[in-house]
Amino acid sequence: MVNYSGLNRTFAALVDPTRRAILARLEREGATSISALAQPFAIKLPAVMKHLDVLGGAGLIARSKVGRTVTVELRPEPMREAMDWLRRYERFWSKSLDRLAVYAESQETEARKRKL
Amino acid sequence: MTSLTLVRRIKARPSIVFDALTSPEGIACWWGPDEGPVLVAETDPRVGGHFRVRFRMVDGSEHESTGEYLAVVKPERLSMSWRWTGGVEDPGASLVEIRLRPVSEGTELTLTHARLHDEETCRSHKDGWTGALDKLERHFLATQEYTA
Repeated sequence: MVNYSGLNRTFAALVDPTRRAILARLEREGATSISALAQPFAIKLPAVMKHLDVLGGAGLIARSKVGRTVTVELRPEPMREAMDWLRRYERFWSKSLDRLAVYAESQETEARKRKL
Repeated sequence: MTSLTLVRRIKARPSIVFDALTSPEGIACWWGPDEGPVLVAETDPRVGGHFRVRFRMVDGSEHESTGEYLAVVKPERLSMSWRWTGGVEDPGASLVEIRLRPVSEGTELTLTHARLHDEETCRSHKDGWTGALDKLERHFLATQEYTA
């Protein structure tokens, strides 16, 4: 069963290319400090913090604090939920359209026969 | 906005594909995610008309979706709202858009199934969600490895 309000937040969070880049980086490098995370992006730390807030709100990342360093870590579950939703419809339509094509092609053959 | 787009090339002219998409006889032959039978296929393909399709899956479970035709432009475009009866699989309404384009071998069919979300995600959609889907897929695949 899919949680839709959660799904909305997930997709909204993933729309932004900077946020996707942050997630991609966390995926590659694991837990990363916020200051290290901000470095490769041509935006200021407060802007990065805003993106992290959106990602945190969607449950895509978790923060933890060790001393004065805040690190961020990927939480992939919401993304998986979103993909489950897409996959369910993908399966439905993919199989249905395969059969639709077979049916329409047989109808086309019939129509051509009638014409001859 | 959550949306799925599929493209198929079919060796049949658009009008035949359009009829296959909208006629009960056609729907009975293709609708559903596996080889299970279509039990009910009712259509009224005109703007404001409704459809209802019930199918049984190979595992024995039965599913029914209903909706309203929002655009019916034979043989090029079909748009309909979509809802699972009972809303077990998907409690919200969604939108199915099908476009048929004549190509040399027959028809190119483009289907988009989109869930209509709240304002926030609609705005996000305008910001360009559609192109993000491939990246999301890559993220997700990489993520699976990450958690494994």
